[in-house]
Amino acid sequence: MKLVATKWKLAKWMLAAVAIAAVAAMGATGCKKAKVNAFPDSGAVAGWQKTGETRVFEAKNLYEYIDGGAEEYISAGVVTTSTADYKYQSGLEATVDVYTMGNAAGAQKIMDHGQTKDAKSVQLGDAGSALAQSVVFRKGPYLVRIVAYEATPDAPQALLALAHGIESKL
Amino acid sequence: MKNRRDFLKSAATGAVLLGSQSKLGLANMMDQHGAAGKSKVVVAKDGALHGTGTQPDERKVLDLLDRAIAAYTAIHNQVDAWKKIVPAGKVIGLKTNGLGGKGICTHLALINAVCERLQQAGVKPGNIIIWDRNARDLQVCGLTINTDPSKVRCYGSDVSGFEEQPMKWGTANVKFSKILTRDCDMVIGLPILKDHELAGVTFAMKNMYGVVQHPWELHAANCNPSVADLNCIPVVREKVRFTIGDAISSVYEGGPGFHPERLWYPNSLIVGEDRVAIDHTALQMIEHKRAEAGVPTLEAAGRPAHYIATAADAAHQLGTNDPARIHLMEV
Repeated sequence: MKLVATKWKLAKWMLAAVAIAAVAAMGATGCKKAKVNAFPDSGAVAGWQKTGETRVFEAKNLYEYIDGGAEEYISAGVVTTSTADYKYQSGLEATVDVYTMGNAAGAQKIMDHGQTKDAKSVQLGDAGSALAQSVVFRKGPYLVRIVAYEATPDAPQALLALAHGIESKL
Repeated sequence: MKNRRDFLKSAATGAVLLGSQSKLGLANMMDQHGAAGKSKVVVAKDGALHGTGTQPDERKVLDLLDRAIAAYTAIHNQVDAWKKIVPAGKVIGLKTNGLGGKGICTHLALINAVCERLQQAGVKPGNIIIWDRNARDLQVCGLTINTDPSKVRCYGSDVSGFEEQPMKWGTANVKFSKILTRDCDMVIGLPILKDHELAGVTFAMKNMYGVVQHPWELHAANCNPSVADLNCIPVVREKVRFTIGDAISSVYEGGPGFHPERLWYPNSLIVGEDRVAIDHTALQMIEHKRAEAGVPTLEAAGRPAHYIATAADAAHQLGTNDPARIHLMEV
């Protein structure tokens, strides 16, 4: 009798553990938006090294990263902002910002607002544009902005390659 | 740009205007509120500051700083000139601005030039504190964090912390960085000229948002009157007594972040005591560039820099935005 009770207790614990695991799995993939690591590791895109940790800002503390510029993103429904620094083999340094918006419309709103006449349209995600020192594209709820700190001859091509590497991870 | 003869002439004129009524208690020779009742603002420019690279030539930046300070003080010996600006034996803070990241932050060449001249004027290295909001804002300028008092110190408010008790003036109810309240006797502002998504323009007065714990609480209504209110709080008004504004490079649209497609090179320093007059001058430069680039005025863009006029009004009296009361020297 005692053995049956112990087995029953054990079964209950196992059931509870399975249930907890299932809820956790749902949290990671279904109920909540999955966390995407959009940042290629060093060497994953030819010539590019990731030179710093990825920093993540929620909407409520986006001010810490872009104080004064945060309002625009918050009003467009930004959920999180991730940023990391990269360095190209030629020494070119760049920063990648990935804004996870609440929906695709939010990403489009920000991208449209920041457009300049001389930007060149590029095939990236749902829409993309490039300039001599920057590439911006959106894909679903994601808005990606890559900015280089020098206008070197290899910058446009290198930035575009990095952008494709990021897009493939979104 | 004026030639050397014109420059000397301007400097001499400045000397005539010098008075002993410097409201901020700096050198008697300053023209902040001199005999002519004008605020002096010096715009020093060197069109060849960058040479062929993206970073300015360090030697040329030092020369430009010397030219600006000589014009401002009407003293051509740099040691003597700097002694008129900074009091002896005091701790001097240099409030930089690294918010916009690596592409648009106070230039290291300028910070180094100011540090060099301060030390030559007798300020001990440990009595110089280069500071900003946090380590990142300093590192993007190319600075290294250092709290060792035997050297020039460099750290952010993330190290010092903030005062527990807020201070209030009008809409500003803020907790200040202890670097401002406790560590520094006098602060020289080293802002970088930028367009600003909310305030219209950010330069001398707006740079003070980086000395409080929650600057975003001061963003309502295009930061007006909050910029003026913040600058009226006695600890700011009394300690932030000189500005060496970095207009070496700037963003005329899309600020305060870095937008390389909107970057431009004024190749200038804007120097003075009157932060309102300095911001008024900076605003004219930004508007001129925006017109040249074919983008709307800040007013038309929905972010007029009205806080500058507010800072000059009877309630604030931080300085003047009246061109007739600004003695602008372009050297």
